[in-house]
Amino acid sequence: MKHPNQEKPQKSIEKRTHLQNPHRHVIKDLVWFSLIATFFKLLLIPAYHSTDFEVHRNWLALTHTLPLSQWYTDETSPWTLDYPPFFAYFERFLALFASLVDPTITDLYNGLNYKAPSVIIFQRLSVIASDTTLIYSVYKLTKNMEQKKRFLIWILVVWSPGLLIVDHVHFQYNGFLLGILLISLGALQNGNDLFGGFVFAVLLCFKHLFAVAGPVYFVYLFRHYCRGGIVKGFGKLVTMGTVVVGVFMAAYGPFAYYGQIQEVLRRMFPFGRGLCHAYWAPNFWVFYILADKALASVLSKLGFHIQPPTASFTGGLVGDSSPFAILPTITPSVTFAIVLLAISPCLVKAWRNPDPKMIVRQVAYAYMCGFLFGWHVHEKASLHFLIPLAVVAVESIEDARHYFILSIVSVYSLFPLLYEAQEYPIKVTLLLLHVALMWFGFSESGPVSNNGGLVNRWIVKMYLVGFVVVEAWGQFLHPLVFGDRLPFLPLMMISCYCALGMMYSWIWQLRCIVRSP
Amino acid sequence: MKKSRVTKVVKVEINNINARRWLTHTSISAPFICVSLFAILVRVAVSLHPYSGAGDPPKYGDFEAQRHWMEITTNLPVKEWYQNTTKNDLRYWGLDYPPLTAYQSYVHGLVLKFFHPESVSLYTSLGHESYFGKLLMRWTVLSSDLLIFFPAVLWLIVAFADQSRGHKSKTAWHVAMILLNPCLILIDHGHFQFNCISLGLTVGAIATVLCDKDLVASFLFSLALNHKQMSAYYAPAFFSYLLGKCLKRRNPFLEVSKLGVIVIGTFALVWWPYLRSRVAVLEVLSRLAPFERGLYEDYVANFWCTTSVLIKWKLLFTTQSLKLLCLFMTVCSCLPSMFLQIRAPSTRTFLYGLLNSAFSFYFFSFQVHEKSVLLPLLPASVLAIEEPFIFQWFTHFALLSMFPLLCRDKLLLPYIALYGIFIFIYYAPNGKPDTPNPPRSWSRVTSFYVVFLLFLSFVLHIIYLAVDPPKKYPFLFEAIIMLLCFSQFALVAVYTNWKQWILSRKSPVGSEKKLA
Repeated sequence: MKHPNQEKPQKSIEKRTHLQNPHRHVIKDLVWFSLIATFFKLLLIPAYHSTDFEVHRNWLALTHTLPLSQWYTDETSPWTLDYPPFFAYFERFLALFASLVDPTITDLYNGLNYKAPSVIIFQRLSVIASDTTLIYSVYKLTKNMEQKKRFLIWILVVWSPGLLIVDHVHFQYNGFLLGILLISLGALQNGNDLFGGFVFAVLLCFKHLFAVAGPVYFVYLFRHYCRGGIVKGFGKLVTMGTVVVGVFMAAYGPFAYYGQIQEVLRRMFPFGRGLCHAYWAPNFWVFYILADKALASVLSKLGFHIQPPTASFTGGLVGDSSPFAILPTITPSVTFAIVLLAISPCLVKAWRNPDPKMIVRQVAYAYMCGFLFGWHVHEKASLHFLIPLAVVAVESIEDARHYFILSIVSVYSLFPLLYEAQEYPIKVTLLLLHVALMWFGFSESGPVSNNGGLVNRWIVKMYLVGFVVVEAWGQFLHPLVFGDRLPFLPLMMISCYCALGMMYSWIWQLRCIVRSP
Repeated sequence: MKKSRVTKVVKVEINNINARRWLTHTSISAPFICVSLFAILVRVAVSLHPYSGAGDPPKYGDFEAQRHWMEITTNLPVKEWYQNTTKNDLRYWGLDYPPLTAYQSYVHGLVLKFFHPESVSLYTSLGHESYFGKLLMRWTVLSSDLLIFFPAVLWLIVAFADQSRGHKSKTAWHVAMILLNPCLILIDHGHFQFNCISLGLTVGAIATVLCDKDLVASFLFSLALNHKQMSAYYAPAFFSYLLGKCLKRRNPFLEVSKLGVIVIGTFALVWWPYLRSRVAVLEVLSRLAPFERGLYEDYVANFWCTTSVLIKWKLLFTTQSLKLLCLFMTVCSCLPSMFLQIRAPSTRTFLYGLLNSAFSFYFFSFQVHEKSVLLPLLPASVLAIEEPFIFQWFTHFALLSMFPLLCRDKLLLPYIALYGIFIFIYYAPNGKPDTPNPPRSWSRVTSFYVVFLLFLSFVLHIIYLAVDPPKKYPFLFEAIIMLLCFSQFALVAVYTNWKQWILSRKSPVGSEKKLA
C-alpha cells in the first residue's frame, strides 16, 4: 500500500526537473558516480607505478626547461619524447602547475628519477583531473538513454578496471585520450560530422597510435559528411580538409617552423623496436611465434638442421635480427598490409552504407585489427576498443555476451602489468567487481533476462573457468613445479589464453559488421 | 503450550525459508556482492598507505604491537604469553588483550612464520619493517575482515530483511553504510588494528539476537568480549535485553541459567590454558586493566577529557577514587537504557540500547582511546536505516575526533578519500531512506546549525593542518576539536536515549505478545 504513495512525489519531482533542464538529473547522477570513482582513485596514489611515471615526469621537465625546437632532440634521459606535439603541449601546460608545486619536478637534471611525495601526488592528480574528458564524453553519449543502460555504461567506462589498472596504478593518460575519442564518436553518432572529424584530428595529434582507425574515419566522413551532389560534397570535403589540416598545422606548425619535422617523425615511429613487446600482447603474433617454435622443434626431431634464431622472444630483448627459425620474418610493412586487409571489410561497409549507428563498432573493430596484427603492440592498446565497445554493449544480448567475455579477456591480459605482490589483491578484486557488476548490470538492464543468461554456451563457460586455471597455475603451481625456472612460461600462457579470446572477439566483431545492413 | 510450540516451529521454518530465499534472490545477493567487493577494494587500497609508527623507532606503533604479539605467541609457550620474563618484556608492547586476541596473533604468526620467518623471529625481529612483512600483516587484517566481519554483516542484513523492517530496496545502501564506514577502515587497514574481529563477532551477536537465537548470541558476544575487553561497552545492552527476555518467559531462572552456562562455558574454553592456577588468571587480568595508563589517552572526546579543561580530575583525585568514580558514572548513565530493556525488551530498542550503553562507556569509563569511538559507531551504522542523519552526523564527528591521530599516522589522503566515498554513497540517488520532514521553522534553525558546524569542522581541519599552534598551548587545536566532537556526541547520545525511551513506551504490549 505504501509504495504508490512513496513513488508519486518522486515522479512529480522528476517532472519538475524535466522542465528546467532535461539532463539535469543525468548530470547530477554522473557527477555523483564519477566523484566516488575519483575518491577511490585518490586511494591508489601510493600504489606501484611503472617507468611510464618517470617518462611523463621527464616530459614535464623537458617541455618546461627547453625551447620548443629542442623538445624532440633532447636526450638527457633515456625516456625521450615520442608522442605527437599536442601531448607535448599538454605536458607543457601541466608543467606550469608542476613548477609551482615543486620546482624539482620540472628540473631537467635534478629531477631525474625524482620520487618525492610532491611529484607522485601531482602526477597522479593530473591523471585523475584529465579523466574529466572521459566523464564529459560519457555524459554526451548517454544523456538520452534510459537510466539503467546509462548507469551500466558509466560503470563500464568510468569504473573500467582496465583504465584503473593502466592509468591510476601503472600510470598513463589513456582515460584522457579515450575521452577525446569518445567525444568524437559521440559527435559522429549525433550526425555532427565536422566536429567529430575535428576532434579525431586533435586526438591524432595527441597520440598517433589512434591513427589505426584513420581509414574508417576517412571513408565514413567522405561518404557520410561529403554528401549532396558533387559541388556541395566537394565544398564539404574542402571544409573538412581545412579543419583537419588546420589542426595538424597547429600541432606540427611550430616544429616545421624550426625545421624539426624529421626529428619529430623519427621519434614517433621507432620501427627498430621489434614485432612484439617484452611481454607479448595477446594478439595474432603469439600464435605465429608458437607455430614457428612448434615447427622448428618438429622439424629438428625429424632430422632437419634448424638454425636457432639469433634473437629470442622469451629473453625480453628484441632486436632487429630475425627471431624466427622457420616461418618468414615479419616486417613493419607486412603488419601494415595485414592490418589494412583486416580492416577492409569494414571500409567496404562504411563506403556502402555510412551508418552513424555503426560507427562506434567500426572504429572499435579497426582498433581491434590494429591490436591483433599490428607492429610492437602493447597489451594496453586493448583499451582502445574495449572502452568504445562499452557504449554499444547494452544494445542487445549478443553484444552483452560478447562484451562480457572481451572485457574479462582484456582486463586479465593487463594483469602482468602489475606484477608486484602489493597490487595483486587490487587487480583481482577489480576484475571480480567488474564481473559482478556486469553480471548483475546486464541482467538488470533487460536484454539477458530470458534468453539463457549472460553465459549461455558451455564452451564459453569452460573458457571462463580456464582463466582461474591459468591464474592458479601462474601463481601457485608454476612456482611449486618449476621453482624459479622458466619465468616466462606463466606470462606466455596468459597471452596465449587471452589471444584465443581476442581472436574470438575479432571474428565476432567482423561478423557483426559484415552482417549489418 | 503445544500449539505455541508448533507455531514457533513453523515460524522458525518460515524464517529459514525466507533467509534462503533472500540469499538466493538477487535483490539481496547482488547488492551485497557488489558492495562488499567494492568494500574489499577500498580496504586493499587503504592498506597501501602507511601504518601507525611506520619508520618511527624505538616504540613504533600499533603495527609493531600486533607484529610483536605474533612473534611472542609463535615463539613462547602459552603460559608465558602474559608473563614478564626475560624472553617477554611486557614493557615493550606486552599483550594487553584477552586470550582470543593472543590465539588470533598465534594463527597469524604461524602464517607469517611460514612465508616470511624473519618478520616474527624472537628478539631479532623487533621493529621489523619490510615490504613483504608489511604486506603479510596487511593481509592478515584483510582476511580477518573477510572471514568475520563480512559474513556477520551478511547475516545481519538477512536478519534485518527477515524482520521485514521495510526498505528492501535500501539493502545496498545499508550494506554500504556498514561496510564502508570510514572510521573502521582507517583504523583497521590504515592505522593497523583488528577491530574487525571483535566488532564482527558483535555484529554476529546482534544478527542472532534479531533472529531470536539468544544462546548463539551470548556465545558470539562472549567471544567478542574475549577478543577485546572493550566489547564490554555493549555488555549492559546484551545483558539487559537477554535478562528482560528471560524474565518474560515461563521459567526465568532456567532461561537465565542456560545463558549463564553458555557464557561461562565460552569463557572457560577461551581461558583454558590459564585456568590451572589463580596466579595465571590474575596475571592475565592485570594485563587487561591497564589502570596505570591514566584516566584517558591523548585528546579523546569523552566526558573526563573534555571537562578536564575546567576540572583537573587527575590532580583532584587518586587513581583509586577515579576508578570508582568512573564506574559509578558509567553505570548511572547506562541504567536508564538498561531499565527500559529489562522492562520491555524488543529488538528495535535493543539496537538503541547498544548505542546508548556504548556511549556511556565511551563518555565515562576509565582509559578510553579516541579509537574507542568505533564501538558506539557500530550500532549507529546498524541503525543507519532508521536514523540516517544521526548516523552521518555521528560518523562525521567521529572521523573528526580521530583526525589528529590519523594525521600523525600520515593517513590524511585515505582520510579525505574515505570521507568522500562515504558522503557520496550516503547521498546515493534513491539510496538513503526518506526521513519525515520536520516542521519548517524548526528545520531552518537546524539546517543553519548543521551548515555552521560542518563549516566549523572543515575550518578546523584546515587550521589543524596549516597553522602552528601557539607555543603556550601546543595542543590547543586538539582541544578545540575534542570540545566540538564531545558536544555533538553528547547531543547524539541524548537523542538516542530519548528515542529508546519513546520507542519502548510505544510498543511494550506488542513485544510482550510476541514473546509469550
